[in-house]
Amino acid sequence: MSIPLNAYLLVGAILFSLGTLGVLMRRSVLIVFISIELMLQGVNLTFAAYGAFLEDMAGSMFVVISLTVAAAEAAVGLAILVALGRRVTEFYVDRLDTLRW
Amino acid sequence: MTDFPWLIPLFPLVAFAINGAFGPRYLKKATGVIGSAGILGAFAATVALWIGGVHSDTPDFTLYRWVSSGSFSIDIGFVLDPLTVVMLLVVTGVSFLVHVYSIGYMAHDESFARFFTWLPLFVFAMIMLVLSNNFLSLYVFWELVGVCSYLLIGFWHQRKSAADAAVKAFLVNRIGDFGFAIGIILIFWNFGSLNYGDVFASVSDKSPDLMLLIALLLFIGAVGKSAQFPLHIWLPDAMEGPTPVSALIHAATMVTAGVYMVARMRPIFEVSNEALLVVGGIGAFTALFAASIGLAQTDIKRVLAYSTVSQLGLMFLALGAGAYTVAIFHLATHAFFKALLFLGSGSVIHAMQNQQEMSEYGGLWRRMKWTYFTFLLGGLALSGVFPLAGFWSKDELLASAFFKGVASDGSWAFTVFWIMGLLASLLTAVYTFRMIILTFHGKPRNAELHSHSHESPISMVAPLVVLAAGAVALGGAVGFPPEHGFIHDYLYKVPGVFHFAGAGEITAVISLAIISTAVAAFGIVAAYAVYSRRQPSPEAVAALSPRVYGLLYRKYYVDEIVNYGIVGVTKGIGLILWAIDAKIVDGIVNLIGWTVRATSSLTRRVQTGQVQNYLFLIAAGAVVSVGAFVIFR
Amino acid sequence: MTDQIVAFTYLSIVASVAGLATILVRSPVHSALSLVVVVFHVAGMFVLLGNGFLAAVQVIVYAGAIVVLFLFTMMLLDLRRHETERTVHRRQIWLAIPIAVLLFAEVAWIAISKPEISENLKGAFPPQTIDELGGSAQALATVMFTDYLLPFEVASVLLLAAAIGAMVLARNPDEESLASPPDMIEDAAGTDGSSDQPEGELSETPATHG
Repeated sequence: MSIPLNAYLLVGAILFSLGTLGVLMRRSVLIVFISIELMLQGVNLTFAAYGAFLEDMAGSMFVVISLTVAAAEAAVGLAILVALGRRVTEFYVDRLDTLRW
Repeated sequence: MTDFPWLIPLFPLVAFAINGAFGPRYLKKATGVIGSAGILGAFAATVALWIGGVHSDTPDFTLYRWVSSGSFSIDIGFVLDPLTVVMLLVVTGVSFLVHVYSIGYMAHDESFARFFTWLPLFVFAMIMLVLSNNFLSLYVFWELVGVCSYLLIGFWHQRKSAADAAVKAFLVNRIGDFGFAIGIILIFWNFGSLNYGDVFASVSDKSPDLMLLIALLLFIGAVGKSAQFPLHIWLPDAMEGPTPVSALIHAATMVTAGVYMVARMRPIFEVSNEALLVVGGIGAFTALFAASIGLAQTDIKRVLAYSTVSQLGLMFLALGAGAYTVAIFHLATHAFFKALLFLGSGSVIHAMQNQQEMSEYGGLWRRMKWTYFTFLLGGLALSGVFPLAGFWSKDELLASAFFKGVASDGSWAFTVFWIMGLLASLLTAVYTFRMIILTFHGKPRNAELHSHSHESPISMVAPLVVLAAGAVALGGAVGFPPEHGFIHDYLYKVPGVFHFAGAGEITAVISLAIISTAVAAFGIVAAYAVYSRRQPSPEAVAALSPRVYGLLYRKYYVDEIVNYGIVGVTKGIGLILWAIDAKIVDGIVNLIGWTVRATSSLTRRVQTGQVQNYLFLIAAGAVVSVGAFVIFR
Repeated sequence: MTDQIVAFTYLSIVASVAGLATILVRSPVHSALSLVVVVFHVAGMFVLLGNGFLAAVQVIVYAGAIVVLFLFTMMLLDLRRHETERTVHRRQIWLAIPIAVLLFAEVAWIAISKPEISENLKGAFPPQTIDELGGSAQALATVMFTDYLLPFEVASVLLLAAAIGAMVLARNPDEESLASPPDMIEDAAGTDGSSDQPEGELSETPATHG
């Protein structure tokens, strides 16, 4: 393990922050979704790195669980998008505000 | 041989579950058989428990740990001692007969399955109440008994009077249960445990005043459940329920719970003479009071209801005198003959097309001989005629009060109570035979109903015969010789239960027995003299002394006092509080509401409907909290 | 050791650049493909961390399942015609960039300044133990089916719920009759009277119209 833990954490931080930026600034619903996956990548990397350096399998276990949640989230989210596709023709987050009132 | 007692409550519970789940749809009439079978199973298991042998030192049977919190724990457990066994035998035995009887009585009712759903649940609750070995589960099942009585008294809920009676029973019981709950809380507070064993073991360490308070609070619960003055008002109204329910409430379940509870809590009550005095006093007063009301009622079931109140009063008199054995003995015999009388009256009501007024009866004995003879036996037993069951238990009961009164420990009040009890048993004989004469003798006063009357079906008559056998023989079989009969020796195995004072003085016992028999005989003769000459009619008797009769007929105006006094005052206070509520409280509430609305009309601008605005705020929140972590760690 | 440093430098730079591309490219398809690049390189880092099993799972689940799901959805929704419109939230971008930078600064600060891991915090799975067990898959299995059995089961329930939920949500309610098997159509269209029957008799369908 010549690479220090800090380096992994830093890469995780970069991916997480990029994901956050994507979620906050992109208009396309799909890209917002993809950005969320990017954030999860950063989190997974952090988990795995800590798991390896702490010599504990809990880190890997958390990554597996987080993968499961990501898959479930993507499936349900995209299914909602498909259902939404029957009612609207454009998928911009800033135009989907019907539920406000 | 004591590892199967969980079967006893299980049978009725299973019957309840099956009937509740499948009854209305699939089982229909079969629910009656299932319910009866469930109770029969419980009875069989109880008999097995009895034969298997239960002793004073039988350890509590623990089913599972219910609550466990630190050093405090509550087990669902059973206390197995002779007292439990006697109670269970009475409860399951009488309940079984009532179930069988109900199959016939309720045959034409649309809600047959619903009836046989609540009935086993009622019995289950009572069984668990008797078996409980701690105050918490006692309280839980105490309340479950109340709930079931509510459901069953209001069984014909489409009738307003039945629904009202159910609510009244529930509310009046709540008053008692409130005291009971405070008592239990006090016990937990001071003893740190709710198990009977733990509490009873350390009773003597606590101050007598505290124990008096706890005993009185527990007794309030018993007063509510067992319909003692002044909380007796629900019981006569409970007659709105189907007659088998009345029989169950009066004989086997519900009202006996209070007597059982006081008997079970005897270590708490025995600490202070004052508590025993209150128990005996309330009991004696209620016995006389209710018996006198019973004289003037015209509804056959109401007469029996007041009779139950009166008899329960006598049981409490015995409990107050420290004669627990005798109280339980009377409870058992009373369960038999009172169930018999109720089921008999149900048979009459069934034959008279639900007419309950005795002014419409008369001359029925030729039409329904089985009912008449069994009813007559029940009436004789209730009056305490030798050698029927009531004689043995009531005689001992009065003797116990007498001896307590003449004892040198300053309980002279019990002599007064004894006289009251004696008067009550005189009145008991009078109203019982007034009822029998008005119902079965003389000429039919309503020819049309009379011509349609008929003997009841076999499933109704058979329980009557069995109960009649019990009412005739039970007392002598288990209670002879006095103070040394089977039931006494059996119950003496419970630690702390002893022969009451003076029990050994045979001549005194016999002379007291002669006195009480003479009193009963006089009552019967008096009733015969008044009601059997000429055409007996309640109106003619009422004309003898309208004022007294009115007082009795209106039940000493207790209901009215409660209505205008307590309810009226409460209503007045309520009106004042309502005014305060409408003006001041609502004003404050409106002010708050207005403020919130004003604020929200400003803040709602934040809600844009733009998901990314919200996400931005989440991210900003994350930045702030992570920043705080970075700076302050 | 230098080869590890080289590998890590390569992986981290490519992952970061691909991450940047993921959020900046115009088309969602390109964005998803960039995510695949990120996923592969993060998987590479898992290998560097000595966790080959996790790397394999990462590639299979993310690249193989999730991104494919994204691409399927894009195909289904036919997003091409909107690609000429603005892609960025014009007003919010001026808030988003500072917040993201701040967030990065804070997390990076924590990442860099975190002290070294002390020995007494370490768990039961040093590299030698993992090797003795036969690899990271075996090591993960030993905890997954013992200590983490309940979370594992819950996760499987979650997946099941998500699968059912996705199907329910994505089903077209207007085309419900087409989705039904043929005999049920016949049942629905043929015997109108069957709807009047009480509930209890609905179960015996074959007999009624056989």
